[in-house]
Amino acid sequence: MELAYGHPKSLKPIQSKYCPGCGHGVIHRLICEVVDELGLQERSVVTNPVGCSIWADLYFDFDSVGPAHGRTPAAATGIKRMLPDHLVICYQGDGDLAAIGTAEIIHAANRGEKFTTVFVNNAIYGMTGGQMAPTTLVGQKATTAPYGRDPIEAGMGYPIQVCELLATLGGTKYLARGSVNNAANIRKTKQYIKKAFEAQMRGEGFTMVEVLSPCPTNWQMAPVEAMTWLEEHMIPFYKLGEIKNTLEAASPQAEEAKR
Amino acid sequence: MAEDKRLMKGNEAIGESAIRAGCRAYFGYPITPQNELTAYMAKNMLDKKRTFIQAESEVSAINMVYGAAATGARAMTSSSSPGVSLKQEGISYACGADLPCVVVNVARSGPGLGGISPSQGDYFQATRGGGHGDYYHLVLAPKSVQEAADLTYLAFDLSEKWRMPVMILADGLIGQMMEGVSLPPPRDLGSLPKKPWAVGHQADSHRPINHVTSINLVPEELEAQNRKRFERYGEIKKAEIRFEEVNVDKADLIFVAYGTSSRVCLGALEMAKKEGIQLGLFRPISLWPFPEKRVAELAAKGKKFLAVEMSMGQMVEDVRLAANGKTDVHFYGRCGGVIPSEEEVLAEAYRLLGRKVGK
Repeated sequence: MELAYGHPKSLKPIQSKYCPGCGHGVIHRLICEVVDELGLQERSVVTNPVGCSIWADLYFDFDSVGPAHGRTPAAATGIKRMLPDHLVICYQGDGDLAAIGTAEIIHAANRGEKFTTVFVNNAIYGMTGGQMAPTTLVGQKATTAPYGRDPIEAGMGYPIQVCELLATLGGTKYLARGSVNNAANIRKTKQYIKKAFEAQMRGEGFTMVEVLSPCPTNWQMAPVEAMTWLEEHMIPFYKLGEIKNTLEAASPQAEEAKR
Repeated sequence: MAEDKRLMKGNEAIGESAIRAGCRAYFGYPITPQNELTAYMAKNMLDKKRTFIQAESEVSAINMVYGAAATGARAMTSSSSPGVSLKQEGISYACGADLPCVVVNVARSGPGLGGISPSQGDYFQATRGGGHGDYYHLVLAPKSVQEAADLTYLAFDLSEKWRMPVMILADGLIGQMMEGVSLPPPRDLGSLPKKPWAVGHQADSHRPINHVTSINLVPEELEAQNRKRFERYGEIKKAEIRFEEVNVDKADLIFVAYGTSSRVCLGALEMAKKEGIQLGLFRPISLWPFPEKRVAELAAKGKKFLAVEMSMGQMVEDVRLAANGKTDVHFYGRCGGVIPSEEEVLAEAYRLLGRKVGK
């Protein structure tokens, strides 16, 4: 009998250290499903960011590199340039990508580095215990924004919409934003990841999938409540969908050619 | 077969030598006085279809090196003092992940932005593990364009042999001046040693997966890892000591100097010889590991030391540690980008010997 659904081969069959209700596990699984579907398990390298997902090398059953905080896109650049026929997955959180590593992501994207960034946006610093992230929403509380993120009086700035920020750069070919809040969005997110990985293997340019993900522990909510909060607060601000798609396969000429 | 000598700037000779050593990836950022090196790599790496990236910062450049090195490729970055400070985080990670790579510091004067003239003020940073954590890495100090080329070539081999970054500590004078140089033979990239620990190409052998990382959150395990690394450091201290001696047997006073300041001392030594005075020169080439045993031997013979540096006195501390109170260790230094003259160094040596200049 054909197996309709099972555990991805490239995801180790072990229990994760992630908190109940965390989105990392689902996102890891989606990545591994796509890696398996593309038959790339032995040709994949993931860079693990500093943050909760530093654990990713325990779970992904393929090679990994652990760079310094925020330097993930620089290290992924070095890896992909040396291994152009490999799938290089640059896994990053919001602190890693949009705060300490802002220069690295902008320039890697602008150079059109041919790896794929999977950007997990949970609007908070997880591993260090709930500090304000660059993507923390206005009014959202954090240990370092005890009265809520206040862009005006406290001068805490505004949440950064990373896909939109990177969309102006010539090197970016595919920027999509998904979410793991329900089955439909999880499936869509997987399709974004697959498109991005396929584009990477065609060598098209910089690809990124941002994934909105809950952090019940640091949001101080029950898992179900966190999902609702994500839907009611994050999705209205961080619009889901393909923010930029200039892939060859998606160009009008390519579409025309298909007919 | 050695080629004919050609006239090259130190910065360019380092670049050409790295390419011949099999450097597959170079990442740099503009900073004076090492800019010729970055430009040389841009032209020549691209011509050879190898990887050259002008990074957005020195921080990114060293982390690109980290990524490239993780795949087992020979990778290099270069900078000058303020830029090398920025690279220290990445160097610490490379040491923690046991990654080979080559880092060139064409040093200038500091602290802070300082100046762009040659200096030896980065000795502490280079030899003490300039980043966070418990580590060391090899540091080689060339005195000439020829030696800059030779040591760069050697640095790639040593970095792979010992699985650690190797730093070339030159200075603006070595980088900028032109001298004749015979370049080492180009290496065939396919002939370089395989790296079973590197990421990538798992499909070729179906080996177990590899992780390149410096993290370990279990204190006992991390301690064991660090201890193992320090055992390797012990082996390096036996195998990789490099130095040069001039007239140390006859001399009562020995200059201890590396790189550019050793050239000045050599000039002073020659001037003294003409006056019938025997001075010596001890020149460490490996700054880490420091040739402490040989310095101790010379100290035990009662030789007086005069450490000469283009700094307020950094290497002199290693000389004092090695001499361990067995002899007098004196210091003469200029800093801020000033290169001491042979005359002033000689005058200091004479003063210590109780002689007057020209008498």
